[in-house]
Amino acid sequence: MSYYDFLFVIEVLVGGLLSGVMYSLVAIGFVLIYKTSGVLNFAQGSMVLFAALTFVSLVERGIPFALSLLITFAVMVALGFTIERTVLRPLVNRSPMTLFMATLGLSYIIEGAAQLIWGTQVHGLDLGIDDTPFEVGGILISSFDLLAAAIAAAMVAGLSAFFYWTRIGLAFRAVADDQFAALAVGLRLPRIWGTVWTAAGFVALVAGLLWGARLGVQFSLSLIVLKALPVLVLGGFDSILGAIVGGLIIGASEKLAEVYLGPFVGGGIEGWFAYALALVVLLVRPSGLFGQKTVERV
Amino acid sequence: MAVQALDAARLPVDWAKLVQKLALATALFVVAYGVVPAYASGYLVEAILLPFLALSLAAVGLNLLTGYCGQLSLGSSAFMAVGAFGAYNFNLRVEGLPLAVTMILAGISAAGFGVVFGLPSLRLRGFYLAVSTLAAQFFGQWALTKFGWFSNDNPSGVISAPHLAVAGLSLDSATGRYLLSVTTVMVLTALVWRLVNSATGRNFIAVRDNETAARVIGVPVLRTKLLAFAISSFIIGIAGVLWAFTYLRTVEPAGFNLDRSFQILFIIIIGGLASIRGAFLGAAFIVVLPLFLSRLGAFLFGGLFDSGVLDMSQRIVLGALIIIFLIAEPSGLSALFDRLKRRIGSRSS
Repeated sequence: MSYYDFLFVIEVLVGGLLSGVMYSLVAIGFVLIYKTSGVLNFAQGSMVLFAALTFVSLVERGIPFALSLLITFAVMVALGFTIERTVLRPLVNRSPMTLFMATLGLSYIIEGAAQLIWGTQVHGLDLGIDDTPFEVGGILISSFDLLAAAIAAAMVAGLSAFFYWTRIGLAFRAVADDQFAALAVGLRLPRIWGTVWTAAGFVALVAGLLWGARLGVQFSLSLIVLKALPVLVLGGFDSILGAIVGGLIIGASEKLAEVYLGPFVGGGIEGWFAYALALVVLLVRPSGLFGQKTVERV
Repeated sequence: MAVQALDAARLPVDWAKLVQKLALATALFVVAYGVVPAYASGYLVEAILLPFLALSLAAVGLNLLTGYCGQLSLGSSAFMAVGAFGAYNFNLRVEGLPLAVTMILAGISAAGFGVVFGLPSLRLRGFYLAVSTLAAQFFGQWALTKFGWFSNDNPSGVISAPHLAVAGLSLDSATGRYLLSVTTVMVLTALVWRLVNSATGRNFIAVRDNETAARVIGVPVLRTKLLAFAISSFIIGIAGVLWAFTYLRTVEPAGFNLDRSFQILFIIIIGGLASIRGAFLGAAFIVVLPLFLSRLGAFLFGGLFDSGVLDMSQRIVLGALIIIFLIAEPSGLSALFDRLKRRIGSRSS
């Protein structure tokens, strides 16, 4: 392999890792909810769409950037608590599968509502980030991707700090550890779940802005949920670290596979390659790389 | 085996019930083969009955896997696609293959595909498995689009239904396709009904309710799961043949997308998990809902209610119904139906 081939591999790898960060960004929203309430929230993708669409529509109506951000966040808070009240509370103590199917229904409602309110046309979203690639040692790196990675890192750091050093974070961890014990010591589950869904809504907002700037804000934004699922499976549903590592692995190997494996099978493999990869890992580790092992009793 | 011991304990025959059931079955036959072909309009058959029958059959298949055996699958429409494209190719490449054989071979192809993607179920449970069935969905759609061979090198991967005939009788008319569809659905449903009431059916339920406990009492868990995947995919594959050959007549791989998989899942949630009748009730509901909504919307809002709004409001209503059913009536329309029947029964007696 010549020096330039080597550089090319590195470039593909770096590009893949950075797009993997974008996957992780969506996956983290899932992990937050799964950890504390044991629900695989299929509606996360539609929340991303909803947040981005709300934000962009507000900005287009001439509301300043910061205010739009604030309003959108308030809407996500309201959404989180409404979901807790109307969907989660009546379904408490039901099987995880039932809850999953409920979030499927939820994603239909949110997608439908978002587009009924704000329309179905594609919106451009300009965050004012310059997207000219720059060169580091002969490798081209997208500055937008780099910034997105930085934002993701900051968000993970913020969330971790929140989890470890605040009272409500402590409550989150208690609920994640053992719901019944948490109830027994007097933690208020409904409020905690509402807050967790809000936090997931915040993650969705950040992901929606970054992905929206990338792809344009439109219906297909809610399909990034399908990009995040293999990441989750690979990393384990209940591990933030897993979501990040899984995202990086999937992003990098997807890009490498597209370049080096794609030509042999006619290309277009990005739709399922991540799933195949995740499946292979699962066959070795059935709870993902960082997921908790489940113990079953009769 | 504890589960099979139930077989020995035959319950005394309830003659009144048996007569009632026979009467019901006769009525069903008269309606399906007499009344509908004679009186139903072309629109009713083409736009409502044919999709209803195909979706019902797919839902019966998925119900076997998800409702009875407890393995959530999000890849149903990929199995339908394999069935449809399989039937197309068998018919195209084997001269003079009878239609029934074509359909069975298509079902077997779908079953093979289902078993391959069911293999992870031996190691995975719950969500991890559900996500891995998505792999079937994306891989199937990709392969059917990418390799021209499957669609006989049609540039956009579209296949058209061949000439349908049984024993020299052409079934290409709307009524003919309806008869083909209704017969297929009835035969397969009867077989499934037998299956779920057999020892194998009870094994499915045992695996669903508590896998570890099922293993302890001697249910061959791995074999049962793979069998569920195989039979369910077989039925869904044949439903795919009906969908492609009798209803749409021309399909492309993109027609079998994730939304279709969700639609079939919604049918069994709304109709009732682990209920064969539920699959039919749910399918009828899902087929009629958009027609009903568009009429209602046009009546209430007039011209404002265009197809875009219809599509969105349909999503919202469907999503809301799913949640409402899961909360208020987890056993679906099937249980509602039972309750209604009991109420009417208690009033008349």
